[in-house]
Amino acid sequence: MFDAIKGIFKVLLTGSKAYKLLIAVLFFLSIVGMIFLFKQFEQGLIATNMRDQVSWGWYIANFTFLVGVAAAAVVLVVPAYLYHHEPIHDIVILGEIMAVSAVSMCLMFVTFDMGSPERFWHLIPKIGIFNFPQSILAWDVFVLNLYLFLNLFLVAYTFYKLYTGQPFNKKLTWPLILFSIPAAISIHTVTAFIYVGLPARPFWSAAILAPRFIASAFCSGPAFMLILFQIIRGKTRFKVTDEALFKIGEIITYAMALNLFFLISELFKERYSATAHIASLDYLWYGLHGHNQLVPWIWTALVFNSIAFLLLLIPKTRKRLPTLNLACVLIFAGVYIEKGMGLVFPGFIPSTMGEIYDYFPNALELWISIGIWAVGMLIFTVLSKIAIAVKTGELRARK
Amino acid sequence: MTDSEHNNKGSNSLITRRKFLTGLAAGAATLTLPFGNTDASIWEEYFRQHFTRLDKDELKNILANLEKKLSQEYGKDVTVRATPPMENVLFGYAIDLSRCIGCRKCVYACVKENNLSRNPEVHWIVNLQFRKNEKWLNMEEGNAYYNPEIVPEKGYYYVPTQCQQCENPPCVKVCPVKATWKEPDGMIVVDYNWCIGCRYCMAACPYGARHFNWGKPYIPKEELNPDMHYLGNRPQYKGVVGKCTWCIQRTREGRYTACVEICPVGARKFGNMLDPKSELRYILEHMKVFRLKEDLGTNPKFFYFFSMGSSVKS
Repeated sequence: MFDAIKGIFKVLLTGSKAYKLLIAVLFFLSIVGMIFLFKQFEQGLIATNMRDQVSWGWYIANFTFLVGVAAAAVVLVVPAYLYHHEPIHDIVILGEIMAVSAVSMCLMFVTFDMGSPERFWHLIPKIGIFNFPQSILAWDVFVLNLYLFLNLFLVAYTFYKLYTGQPFNKKLTWPLILFSIPAAISIHTVTAFIYVGLPARPFWSAAILAPRFIASAFCSGPAFMLILFQIIRGKTRFKVTDEALFKIGEIITYAMALNLFFLISELFKERYSATAHIASLDYLWYGLHGHNQLVPWIWTALVFNSIAFLLLLIPKTRKRLPTLNLACVLIFAGVYIEKGMGLVFPGFIPSTMGEIYDYFPNALELWISIGIWAVGMLIFTVLSKIAIAVKTGELRARK
Repeated sequence: MTDSEHNNKGSNSLITRRKFLTGLAAGAATLTLPFGNTDASIWEEYFRQHFTRLDKDELKNILANLEKKLSQEYGKDVTVRATPPMENVLFGYAIDLSRCIGCRKCVYACVKENNLSRNPEVHWIVNLQFRKNEKWLNMEEGNAYYNPEIVPEKGYYYVPTQCQQCENPPCVKVCPVKATWKEPDGMIVVDYNWCIGCRYCMAACPYGARHFNWGKPYIPKEELNPDMHYLGNRPQYKGVVGKCTWCIQRTREGRYTACVEICPVGARKFGNMLDPKSELRYILEHMKVFRLKEDLGTNPKFFYFFSMGSSVKS
């Protein structure tokens, strides 16, 4: 037991200059975020730019995006275990680690968005009041924690078995892995349903929202992972084959095709019917009554996603790493914008009573978000470092 | 370092491990002591249960402590009641749009009656101005920020809005901890000590009726209304939601809401919809009544009507 802990510390504290620099930078950014967080706790959420008219903003936008990234672990799990794709099977652990990091970030974003987070215990069934199944937010709390524990268990179990050199108990892992597939779909579907179930917000209350969430998640999550995996394979002894990367690239292509098709469906329905309910859509894509703050953002996202789609569609560009990586960066940025400026903000603009408040996050919100991302990336780095160590044999129990 | 400081085995630091742990424990213990005006209320308040789970004695103590604390803080004789709903009562509200002149006296009477924060400024009533012959009561086009010298303005009409006290409230449905619920006499209330501040209810409300305390509420001491109800006009906290409760502190004692009382033109009507002889029932049975966003199925108990051609010239 102590040997294992000592071994882990040794693994975490030794590494290349690049690794140490990464940890230092992430640590520093986390501290900066924490300083701003204290200010927010002291003053209240008035320190942000959110107000009654736009009561959810940058934090919930990041939360929504990251639930998608967490769900995207399934893009590795399905080929690895259902299709026995060996190259992806070798790296699926990193997908599960990504899921753990992403869900941790989700929980941080949601907690720091709450007005009274110290009252979190009010959510616990019996001691508090957990409004399940009526409140979709209660559903999300449930499925997100379930998914987190599931992935955390699979990661810890993998580490333990590799460390001790023992064989995996397929009877235990197989059902859990199978279950993680609908669990991944469920977290993003439930998160979408939080928005869909609100008839007060016609911009969100559309059947296509949940399918669109899944499609965009299956682009952005794997795109992020593709970049990270190449960094890992370049900087460590962990093997990631080109075949695995290109297969993931293929999957992203289909997901982006669906994402763009769903976007076209949404735009047609709203703009052709042209009812009063398209006010938010118009605000986003064209501006409303002279307010056009978000217009450049959404069009940029569309251009990014479209270029990325073309790069992915054409085999020559998809099967070459430089252009594949460009596509990944464009997708990550494009979907990130889509979920923030493209989904959360316009849902509140105009307000239910017609008021336009041009919300945009302020410095405090941005620094707290960067801090949370830094903590999430620290979790990813730490768990990946251990994963690489147990997989390559660097970290093994002594006989 | 002198020998006298090497007084613990195996330690040569100024603060020994034992001293540190003792100090830590003592510090933690002091948090349980009542000191100053807090009265050990920090723990009580943090662990307080949902309003509907409090038994009679617990509630009595809570109200007594709250009265003491608020009286001390504001220098007034504060009473906080938890008057239950009356039997056979379902309240309703109606606005006569042919009378409203947009003076906003209701807005400010509400602020004073309900001890709303002056800074940050919180209003539970929002009056929407519409241009005649142009905006057709399109809820996407109302203007809450009209600011002329004199009202009513020629060519405009006014539609005051506040919590519609829906019978099928979307806000109640979405609250993850049931901090907001519908009372038997019809008001949707909030337990300010239970709300976690997630603001899902604000996203869900189609009428913009729910308001968040983004910062610490500020009420000038001399303006505090000392007659309070636990679920109504007691001072709220930073980080929780509040909304119109049809002056639960008044209406459960048989009085009218502050907004109904102050309206100088009699545009506001309030009463028990279950009483066949009430003004509300008369209005519902005889006037051309409509509700906002009827198609959303919220079933509001807030009605709008025109009792006559406009009393406002043009």
